[in-house]
Amino acid sequence: MTPFGKGERWIGYGLLTLAVLLVVGPFVWITLQSFKHQIAIYTGAWIFTPTLDNYREVLFSRRSDFVSNVWNSVIVAAVSTSLVLVVGTLAAYSLHRLAWARWVALGFLAWTIFFHAIPVITLIGPWYIAFRQLGFYDTQFALIVTHLTINLPMTVWLMMAFFREIPPELEEAALVDGCRPVQAFWRISLPLAVPGLIAAGILAFIFSWNEFAVALSLTSRETATVPVAIARFAQQYEVQHSQMAAASVISTIPAVLLMFLGQRFVVRGLTLGSVK
Amino acid sequence: MQPKVALGAAEIAAPALSRPGPAARSGAYWLNRSFRWWSFLPAALLMAVLTLYPMVNLVWMSVSTIEFAQGRDIWSFTPGRNLDLLLSDRVLRHAFLNTLVFVVVSVAAEMVLGLGLALLVGRLTRGKGLVRTVMILPILVPPVAIGSMWKLMFNYDFGVFNQALMGLGIEPVNWLGSTSVALISVILVDIWHWTPFVFLILFAAVEALPVDVLEAGRVDGATGRQALRHIILPLLRPALMVAITFRSILAFKAFDEVYLLTSGGPGTSTELISLHLYKVFFEQNQLGYGAMLSLAVIAAIVAFLLVSRQALARSTAA
Repeated sequence: MTPFGKGERWIGYGLLTLAVLLVVGPFVWITLQSFKHQIAIYTGAWIFTPTLDNYREVLFSRRSDFVSNVWNSVIVAAVSTSLVLVVGTLAAYSLHRLAWARWVALGFLAWTIFFHAIPVITLIGPWYIAFRQLGFYDTQFALIVTHLTINLPMTVWLMMAFFREIPPELEEAALVDGCRPVQAFWRISLPLAVPGLIAAGILAFIFSWNEFAVALSLTSRETATVPVAIARFAQQYEVQHSQMAAASVISTIPAVLLMFLGQRFVVRGLTLGSVK
Repeated sequence: MQPKVALGAAEIAAPALSRPGPAARSGAYWLNRSFRWWSFLPAALLMAVLTLYPMVNLVWMSVSTIEFAQGRDIWSFTPGRNLDLLLSDRVLRHAFLNTLVFVVVSVAAEMVLGLGLALLVGRLTRGKGLVRTVMILPILVPPVAIGSMWKLMFNYDFGVFNQALMGLGIEPVNWLGSTSVALISVILVDIWHWTPFVFLILFAAVEALPVDVLEAGRVDGATGRQALRHIILPLLRPALMVAITFRSILAFKAFDEVYLLTSGGPGTSTELISLHLYKVFFEQNQLGYGAMLSLAVIAAIVAFLLVSRQALARSTAA
């Protein structure tokens, strides 16, 4: 693209600053609210004495389950992400490398696209019935397997794209030298696909942490996750604005951390396949 | 050192497994022999049990009435009842129209803004990284947190928008509580949330534009507008199609923010298909009728996918 001329540059940077402010503004605003007493929120004060009371109330008050909500979210996201990486990576490698018939590979991928395109709410009814029949309703297990399933398509596509970039000669050479198929996967392809594992892992963790509709329907008080807890603050008869703000700020921590630490991988994962 | 006597082909190929006898055939041997199967089977089973079976189950549910008594589900075969519910569902029509408006308006706005932003940032010499970092944030943050954020900002009494309006001496607006404004507010939030995603896709495509082609255009005297119209946009077309398809599907699925912001109200003014489906399942406890609605939604999505696949194929062929 042509760089800006001298006069245009100021307009360009001006517009851009505006766009960045528009994106960041709401985050700054809610963070400010989370440090205000309820009364300061209601008066809309811009100058106020900051307080940690909202965070204290959300995290340590006896009436609040938020700490156990965070714990549920961490467990569900961590376990489902680990599992989806194992299941998804193996499947991606298998479909890419192990000579499945075309209709098997295409059929599976088409099905994952289809499943990914339909609203997950359409399946929540059958899931709800099945989990109640099996006694898994309101357990972490139910959330782990559903989140695993929801993240599987994305993981398989991402990992296939990463495996595709590995030159097949590497494995062929190893096989000729007496490497067994499992070793070729474990020692050669997998180490080269680590960037893909990181990208898929970050995205799967974030999606599971953020997931709301399934968590809302398959959990009750015991196993509610962070998004469900935030929604409870908003849905109560009297909306608890200050606590809702504090809980929301806490819920964004993983995203903010991963944005700085794993940005390279995330961008790659989000835009992969859209350019080619 | 073990004495090496007459190694078989298998031992040469796999020195690590060179124990003779049937024991070697059981462990690592079978692990390698059946690698193709056990690497793919978990994923296939998972998809079959958790997506294929529930979808088949939807068909049975859609002709049944399901009630829970003492924790057990009791099914009765009532095909006509769910159809009656479908035909008499007045909210469904509103939900359908709202979803249509929501998807078309927000995706259109996101495409225009995202494209403009991508072209703008593509011309920067510095600061690309910073812009990209900032733009990732709305995509990764929990949608529920975004909903609660905007619920506070839209608040009638102390929200930032009404503060600004009153500061300017203008009547405050009931952003989420008025039937004529609520849908617009919800669409605004979606545009804020997803324009960065469109930007990321298009920005990657802008960065991949062939420099020599753009250069040739300039040498031949194309003005900025001509270059955009005849060179840049045609080259970006595949990425534009991908972004439109992705966003339309995602917008159709929108649930979290709207649930937080309005729960479909006031009245049915922001009721979307996904919200309606959730309410039928879990607030009205109509599992059978919900299944019938689900099937209808799935059919609509399949139709959309087939149409957009053809459009995609055409745009990449052109």
